[in-house]
Amino acid sequence: MYAFDIETPTTIADAVAALKADEAQPLGGGQTLIPTLKARLAAPSKLISLARVADMQGVSVAGDTLRIGGATTHATVASDAAQSYPGLAALAGHIGDPAVRNRGTIGGSIANNDPAACYPAAALASGATIVTDTREIAADDFFVGMFETALAEGEIVTAVSFPIPQAANYQKFVQPASRFSLVGVFVAKYADGVRVAVTGASEGGVFRWTEAEQALSSDFSADALKDLSVSADGMISDLHGTGDYRAHLVKVMTGRAVKAAG
Amino acid sequence: MPKDTGIGAPTRRREDVRFLKGAGEYTDDIKTYGQTVAVFARSTVANGIIKSIDTSAAEAMPGVLAVFTGADFAEVGGNPAGWLINSRDGEPMKEPKRPVLAHGKVRHVGDAYAAVIAETDREARDAAEAIEIEIEELPAIIDVKEALTGDNFVHDEIGTNQCFDWGWIEDNRAATDEAIKNAAHVTTLELVNNRLVPNAMEPRCSMATYKASDDEYILHTTSQNPHLTRLLISAFVMGIPENKLTVIAPDVGGGFGSKIYHYGEEALVLAAAKRIGRPVKWTADRTEAFLTDAHGRDHVTKIELATDAEGNFQAFRTETYANVGAYLSNFATATPTFLHGTLMAGNYTVPNVYVNVKAVFTNTAPVDAYRGAGRPEATYSLERVIDKCARELGMDPIELRRKNFIKPDQYPYASAAGLEYDAGNYDALMDKMEEVADIKGFAARRAESEAKGLLRGFGVNAYIEACGIAPSNLVGVLGSRVGLYDAATVRVNATGNLSVMVGAHSHGQGHETVFPQVVAEMLGIDASSIDIVHGDTSKIPFGMGTYGSRSLAVCGSAVVRATEKIINKAKKIAAHMLEASETDIELKDGSFTIAGTDKSVSFGEVALKAYIPHDFPLEDIEPGLEETAFYDPANFTYPSGAYCCEVEVDPDTGKVRVDRFAAVDDFGNVINPMVVTGQVHGGLGQGIGQALLEAARYNSDGQLESASYMDYTMPRADDLPFYTVDHSQGTPCTHNPLGVKGCGEAGAIGSPPTIVNAVIDALQSGGKNVTHIDMPLTPHRVWSAMNSA
Amino acid sequence: MTKVTMTINGKSVSRDVEGQTLLVSLLREDLHLTGTHVGCDTSQCGACTVHVNGKSVKSCTMFAAEADGAEVKTIEGMANADGSLNVIQQAFQDHHGLQCGFCTPGMVMAATSLLKENPKPTEQEVRVYLEGNICRCTGYHNIVKAIMAASGQDVSAIAAE
Repeated sequence: MYAFDIETPTTIADAVAALKADEAQPLGGGQTLIPTLKARLAAPSKLISLARVADMQGVSVAGDTLRIGGATTHATVASDAAQSYPGLAALAGHIGDPAVRNRGTIGGSIANNDPAACYPAAALASGATIVTDTREIAADDFFVGMFETALAEGEIVTAVSFPIPQAANYQKFVQPASRFSLVGVFVAKYADGVRVAVTGASEGGVFRWTEAEQALSSDFSADALKDLSVSADGMISDLHGTGDYRAHLVKVMTGRAVKAAG
Repeated sequence: MPKDTGIGAPTRRREDVRFLKGAGEYTDDIKTYGQTVAVFARSTVANGIIKSIDTSAAEAMPGVLAVFTGADFAEVGGNPAGWLINSRDGEPMKEPKRPVLAHGKVRHVGDAYAAVIAETDREARDAAEAIEIEIEELPAIIDVKEALTGDNFVHDEIGTNQCFDWGWIEDNRAATDEAIKNAAHVTTLELVNNRLVPNAMEPRCSMATYKASDDEYILHTTSQNPHLTRLLISAFVMGIPENKLTVIAPDVGGGFGSKIYHYGEEALVLAAAKRIGRPVKWTADRTEAFLTDAHGRDHVTKIELATDAEGNFQAFRTETYANVGAYLSNFATATPTFLHGTLMAGNYTVPNVYVNVKAVFTNTAPVDAYRGAGRPEATYSLERVIDKCARELGMDPIELRRKNFIKPDQYPYASAAGLEYDAGNYDALMDKMEEVADIKGFAARRAESEAKGLLRGFGVNAYIEACGIAPSNLVGVLGSRVGLYDAATVRVNATGNLSVMVGAHSHGQGHETVFPQVVAEMLGIDASSIDIVHGDTSKIPFGMGTYGSRSLAVCGSAVVRATEKIINKAKKIAAHMLEASETDIELKDGSFTIAGTDKSVSFGEVALKAYIPHDFPLEDIEPGLEETAFYDPANFTYPSGAYCCEVEVDPDTGKVRVDRFAAVDDFGNVINPMVVTGQVHGGLGQGIGQALLEAARYNSDGQLESASYMDYTMPRADDLPFYTVDHSQGTPCTHNPLGVKGCGEAGAIGSPPTIVNAVIDALQSGGKNVTHIDMPLTPHRVWSAMNSA
Repeated sequence: MTKVTMTINGKSVSRDVEGQTLLVSLLREDLHLTGTHVGCDTSQCGACTVHVNGKSVKSCTMFAAEADGAEVKTIEGMANADGSLNVIQQAFQDHHGLQCGFCTPGMVMAATSLLKENPKPTEQEVRVYLEGNICRCTGYHNIVKAIMAASGQDVSAIAAE
C-alpha cells in the first residue's frame, strides 16, 4: 500500500467535509477497497472511514419501507432485516463469508457497483431509493454501468430505502473461486407488478430483465418464463463461463427465485 | 481395538499444541535485530528482451539499502535440474541456465529482474516501482504443441523449445505398436491434465543473516528439505561452502511439492545480507506465489488402450506433451518421465507399454512435482481410458479392471513399464471398497436423485503408485544426479531421554509424533521422553527431505536402523553392568535382562552409565550413546488403492456435487492410523479440487488469468464431503524394516479419475452421449458438454 | 500517525500507527502476536481471522486505526486460563483437525464465532460457515468433525481412523 491517513468522522457533515480534501476517498467496510489498496491500484491521500457515522447505522422499518443506514454491515442486515424483508436478509447473509459480512457495508457495496455484487440486484429489483448526503436517487437511475454509479465525487450513500415486497427471493449461482455471483437474480413481487434484477451476468452491470417482469406480473410462476430466452449479447465471458452460459443461467436462476419466493 | 501407544496407535499429535495456541514459529514469524526487507521487481510481460534497466532513481529513494539486477549474478551459477533425461535419440536434454535474477531476457510473467533491499516493506515497494526497465516484448510461447513449431524460443541459446523427447521403454515401442495394430479393440482418449498451483497456505519466505567475522551465512526458509537447498546453493548457485551455510526450515505451512525446490529468492537474500551486513527477509504475497511457485501437472496426452475381444489388456500407448515452463525446476525433468512413464502399466497384467513424453519450454512459471508428481497424470490417463473402454465394450468398469488385475500370487511382479512391484492385493482392495461404499445401495440413491431432477453417477478407479523415493542405485541409473536415501541420528542423553535428528522435514505430516512412536516401541520406553529434531542443517547429519511420500518409508527406516544400533550398544553396556555375555541380554519393556533370570538394568540406568563410564572396558565400549544411520532402500514402495465416488449433476446448471467418496488404500503396515487417514483426506481434497475446481490458466499473452483466490478456485469446506477411508487391506512392503508404504500422495493420485468417471456416468445415465470432459469439471464445462452432446 | 488504543487479549495496548497499517501488521509486527497469519492478499483465506468486539473479522482487511477502542482477541488469547487447550482447540487435537497448522488459528477463531452464533450446527452449517477459511492440508473432514465434536455432538458415526 502507499501511505495515507485515516479519518474517522462521526457525523455525515464531517464525513462530507473531510472528503473534500484532495485525493480523499471514503472507506466503508473496506472489504473491496483494502485488497485494491494492497495491490497498489489506488493511491488516496486520505481515507474517510464511515464506520462510526451514527446516522448511517442500522435497520429500521417505517410502514412498508425498510431503511438501512449506509454503514450497516451485511451481518446486521442479515439478522435485523430477517423479519421485515427476509429475501433481502437472506441475500445479505450470503455475501462473502462471515468475517467479511462483519465488516462489509451496504453503502460500500452499492457505491462500488461491482458487476458481480449481490446488493445492486436487490436494490434494483426492489425499486429502492439510494439516499445520499445531498439527494435521493432511484435505483433505476443509480446503477450506470460496471463499477459506475450516479454518485458525484465526494457524495456518499447514507442510506438505502427498500419498499418491502409481498414476496421476494434471491438466487445466486456462485463464481466458484471468488464466491461472488456468476449470475444472481433477485425477484421481488409487489402489488403493482414484479421486478427482476440480474447481477453478475452483464458487461453493463446489474440490469432488469423486463420480459420476465412482464410475464411474471401476470403469472407469478416459473412456468411463465418457459417461452422466454435471454440474449447472450453483452453478457460477460470469462474463465468461469461464457456469455451463453450466463444467459442460460439467468433464466434458470429466475425460475428458481420465483419458485422459492412462492 | 487400536493400541494406545507405539506402532499402530492413533496417538494425538504433540505438535498440535503449539499450532493451536498460535505458538508455531514459521519463517515470517522470525524477527531479528536490524532486519531489512527485500522486494522483487517482476516482469509483467511473458517474453521479452531486457533492453535496459536503470536503478539509479530507486537507489536514491528513502530507506533503500541496495538494489540488485541480473547483472549482479551473471557470474554465479544457475539453479540446476536434478535429473538428466536423454531423448530417444540418445541426446541429453537441453538445460538452459536458470539465473538468480533474469538477465538479458524475461521469460514469464513474474520473472524477477531486480530486487530492492530497504528498511521497510513500503520503501522497498516504492523503490521497486521506480526501477526503470525497457523490455522489447516478444510473442508469448504458451501452447505446448505450437511451441514446437516456428523459431520463437524461450531460450535462444538452445535453438528449440523442446527440452527432450523421451521414450519409455524404447525397446517396447515396436511391440506396442504391433499389439495396437492387431488388437480386436482399441480405445483412444485425448485429455489434458490441468495445470495446478500448489497453494500451500503459507507463502514462501526466506530470511538470510551473514556473520562477517566468521564468513558464515544462516538462511531461514520455507523448505521441505533444507539439506538439499543448502547443497544446491553451495554446489551450484552461490559456491558458499556447505560448512559456512546453515539452512533452517522452521515450522513450514504446507508444501505439497512447491517447497522442495531451491528458488532464486533464497540466493538473493543471502547475497544481499552479505552486501549490506544486515539480515534480509523476503515474504511472498499470494500473487507472487501464484506467479512464481512451481506449478504442477500440465500434460496434454493421447492414450490408447488395446484389448482382445474379451477385454484382456494388450497394450497401452501414450504420447504426452509436458509443459516444463520457462526454466527447469529441480525435479521438473523427473516428474513427467520416471515418475509418470514407469507407472503406465497400472495395476494390470498388460504385456506392452510404451510412453513418449516431449517436455516443452513455454513462457509460463516453472512446472514441477506437485502432490503425486507424475503419478496422478499416469493414473488419470490409465483410469480414464479404461473407463471409456469398459463403456465401449459394454462391460462393467469394476469387472474389466478385475479381469486385468495382477493377482496376489504374482508378486514380485515385473511390470511392462519397468518397475518391480513387491506386494499388493488389488482384488482385496476392490472387495473392501464395494463393501464400505455400499455400492449395492447405488440404484436406490440414483432413483432418489432422479426424483429431485438430478443425475447421479458412480465412478471407480484403481491405482498403483511408486513412492518412498527411493533407491539411489536405481534412480542413479535412471538419471538422478542426487542420491535418494535418508539419515537419522538417535541421541540418548545421559538422563535417559532422547533426541532423534531426522533428515525428513515435517510440515503437516506429524513426524514429531509418529517417529517417536516407532522408537518408543523398539526401546520399550515412553514416547514422551523422545523428541524429534528436524529442519536444521547444523543439527542433523544429512537428509533428502520430505516429498514423494518418503518420510516414513525412507527416513523412518533410517530411524529404525539407528535405533537398532542404539539397542546393540546398550546391550553391550548392559552386559558389562550385569557382568553377563552380550548375547544373553534381552531388551523388554524398557529393561535389559539376562535371559532366563530376573537380573536387569533399566534403559535409563544404561543411558546414565554410557555417559559416566567409570569402569568401562574402553577397548570394547566407547562412552556415549548416540548412533547415526543412513538408509537407502532396495526399491520404491508401491501403495495401491481402489476408490469410488458418487456425484450428483444438476442438469440445469452443470454443477457437480460430490455426495460420497470411499478410498481403500494399501499402505502396508500403518504406524499412526489417525495421521495416515488425515493424509488421505488431504490428498482427496486436492484431487477433488483438481477434478472439479482448480485450473491455472494463462491467456495467449502469457498472463496468468487465475492469479489470485478471486479466480483460482481453492476447495472450500462446502465443496467437499465426508470421506470413507479404509486401510485394513495392507500388504506389507517387503523391503523396509517397518513394512510401510508412502501415504502422502495417494489421495491426490486416486481421486481425479474417480470423479471424472462418475460425472461421465451421471451424464450418460441422463441420456447424454458425453465420453470425456477435461478437468476441471466446472459447471460451465459440464453444461457445455451436455449441450453439445 | 494516529494513536490507537485497544484491548488485546485482555490487555490494554496503545500504539502510534500509520493510516495504512493493517490490524494484522500491528498484531504481528509491533506486538509479536505471530499466531495470526497472512495467507492471501484478497481477504479470502481467513488465516488472519481474529475477533473484534466479539465478531470474526479478517485482520488483513481492516486497518489498525479502525480498531481504535475495540476489544480484540487473537489465537494467543484462546486457551484456558491455566494454559490448557480450550474445548475447541482440544477438539481440533483430538480429531486431527490440523496438519501444517498455518490456517489453524483462523479456523479456531471462525469456529469459535460459529458456535457462539449456532451452538449445535449441522455438518452443512459448519461447512458453509467456513467459506472464508481455506485449508490446504486436511480436506476439511477432520475440521468439520472437530467443530461438531466441540459443540457437544456425537461424531462417532463420522468415519475416523
